[in-house]
Amino acid sequence: MAIEQIKMPQLGESVTEGTIEKWLIKPGDHVNKYDALAEVNTDKVTAEVPSSFTGIIKELVANEGDTLAVGEIICTIETEGAASEEIVEVKEAAPEEPTAETVKPAEVQKHATPVEREKGAKARYSPAVLKISQEHGIDLSLVTGTGNEGRITRKDLLKIVESGEIPVAKVEQEAASTPSPTVTSSAATPKPAHTNVPVAVGDIEIPITGIRKAIAANMLRSKHEAPHAWTMIEVDVTSMVQYRDSIKNEFKQKEGFNVTYFAFFVKAVSQALKEFPMMNSMWAGDKIIQKKDINISIAVATEDALYVPVIKNADEKTIKGIGREVNELAAKVRSGKLKSDEMQGGTFTVNNTGSFGSIQSMGIINYPQAAILQVESIVKRPVIMDGGMIAARDMVNLCLSLDHRVLDGLVAGRFLARVKEILENITKENTSVY
Amino acid sequence: MAIMSYIDAITLAMKEEMTRDERVFVLGEDVGRKGGVFKATNGLYDEFGEYRVLDTPLAESAIAGVGIGAAMYGLRPIAEMQFADFIMPAVNQIISEASRIRYRSNNDWTCPIVFRAPFGGGIHGALYHSQSVEAIFANQPGLKIVIPSTPYDAKGLLKAAIRDDDPVMFFEHKRAYRLIKGEVPEEDYTIEIGKADVKRQGEDITVITYGLAVHFALQAAERLEKDGISAHILDLRTIYPLDKEGIIEAASKTGKVLLVTEDNKEGSIIGEVAAIIAENCLFDLDAPIMRLAGPDIPAMPYAPTMEKFFMINPDKVEKAMRELAEY
Repeated sequence: MAIEQIKMPQLGESVTEGTIEKWLIKPGDHVNKYDALAEVNTDKVTAEVPSSFTGIIKELVANEGDTLAVGEIICTIETEGAASEEIVEVKEAAPEEPTAETVKPAEVQKHATPVEREKGAKARYSPAVLKISQEHGIDLSLVTGTGNEGRITRKDLLKIVESGEIPVAKVEQEAASTPSPTVTSSAATPKPAHTNVPVAVGDIEIPITGIRKAIAANMLRSKHEAPHAWTMIEVDVTSMVQYRDSIKNEFKQKEGFNVTYFAFFVKAVSQALKEFPMMNSMWAGDKIIQKKDINISIAVATEDALYVPVIKNADEKTIKGIGREVNELAAKVRSGKLKSDEMQGGTFTVNNTGSFGSIQSMGIINYPQAAILQVESIVKRPVIMDGGMIAARDMVNLCLSLDHRVLDGLVAGRFLARVKEILENITKENTSVY
Repeated sequence: MAIMSYIDAITLAMKEEMTRDERVFVLGEDVGRKGGVFKATNGLYDEFGEYRVLDTPLAESAIAGVGIGAAMYGLRPIAEMQFADFIMPAVNQIISEASRIRYRSNNDWTCPIVFRAPFGGGIHGALYHSQSVEAIFANQPGLKIVIPSTPYDAKGLLKAAIRDDDPVMFFEHKRAYRLIKGEVPEEDYTIEIGKADVKRQGEDITVITYGLAVHFALQAAERLEKDGISAHILDLRTIYPLDKEGIIEAASKTGKVLLVTEDNKEGSIIGEVAAIIAENCLFDLDAPIMRLAGPDIPAMPYAPTMEKFFMINPDKVEKAMRELAEY
């Protein structure tokens, strides 16, 4: 005796379900093999479901009107013979454990000794794993992998990064022959390498002073970390020059110091920075900080060093105010009285390279600022004006170095265009030095 | 929204487009009085008449050729191939004429035709009723190939295909016809051809596939979810040209990619998907790109055991996904 199941048959291609239209038997009925059990309606046909067995109808699982998927049980039949292979098949499908077992190896690997872990998949890293480990300075030899055969997976590293507990290689290990090019943040300022420069008779050895060391470290750091991009524009400052020349003597008499072109440039830059705040920002590793205050660093050179005092809130000051401050700061630098807090807080640097007669230069950004503007020498040049006439004009080049991590050419270009616009429109009528 | 089967969504799309635009007409074997062997054009003959729902002779090259001519003349034909397996006599018309005409005529002529064809196996159809033929057309610039997986996508993509000014191959999985049901808005909408769709968000592995296999992957993902494996599933929807951005994004998300097709493995669409990932995502990959496909055997066998061996199913997809997750 055995209970057999009758299932919804497949009654044509694309047919996936059928509806029991009418039962032709009832429980307790005796049926022979191939006897019709029910009428089934599908999208394509109406057909009779034949019995696959001879026996007594045990139970009608589906009701008339029910729609069943192909393969679902519609009724059961009690047969007289032994159980068919149908039941054997069910047993076969039952044990599912082996698949669950396969998750285990990763756990086992965790307890293995480090030497063992180095073997197999452990030491073979996927491109994604190498990339993440390099980005975050993760020493992979200290990571336990959960992948197949202890492989370190991308997800393992993402979990470590998320937790913030990054295993970094010790310094001694770095000296060993580990070829991993890990760049950690602590290693970001490389120590000055000891280079062998041949010294001949008559050569002078100059010891590195503190300020020289600081300049070297800052310049190296800026060039090393900030990808510099460079651009230059030409500005016609004829009317500005005329204006300044016309008030030069009177100003000196009244105020006691010179009104310089440089003050006009610093004022124009401060005004443009207010309109393009992105230029007044800094790279901070995982973010960019846009500074609210506009503090202009200016470069002041002495015989053997370079200082960058800061004009704070330059956008709030007049041309005269800026001129006075430049004058005072320069005097302090030269007399060695500059205080360290007068060099702090700069957000953008304007460098007066024109004072040396330079007409083009590529400044190194004053780290961690995002850009530096070099104001070159004003020179008289023949310029073709609107209408085709040639005129002698006062021309100046403005050279901008920018940290390409923070800024792109577009904003830098618009900023420079605005500086140019301001400078070219300076006249006695619309600009006051006070 | 109405719950509708995949095939009903296709019928509705054609009906709406034929109502909207009288240039749209259907031609094919038994599409008229019978309403199609799968009933995809059911009711269209009664509603639009014999001149817009044309029963044709058993000659696929003529169905394609007449359709192409009508399309170039300004009509919007939907040419039905009864089974994708029977499209072969029409391939010359489709590739040499339909896909080339815009290029050949320097934009003077276009061919806004849709070739609809049921494809795919798992329905005990054997050789001539089970094959996947999409790869044949997938390096023919000028053609587009759409294979929707859900009723919603089927309606939106078929309407977009009909409105497209260039020839579109529209392959419908015949097992999905009545197996797959889903919500379909009654109102007019189209889905942009050439855009893949994320059918499931996940973190651990990415499965990229199309057609009925999308549902196999979704079922497998449900099972794996219980074991803590989270699968991201991308439905290509348009397999030519491929949505490169969508593929790169999905592959980069987890770094572990399984590509699934029921077509024969070698030379199938997923090989091209693998190439796109290899070209663009090297440093985001955490495992070798994995493929699950039919074996390189001429066609789907008839014997149920052999068909089961050939055809992918949720169990096979689940096994592959699990293997990749554990890598």
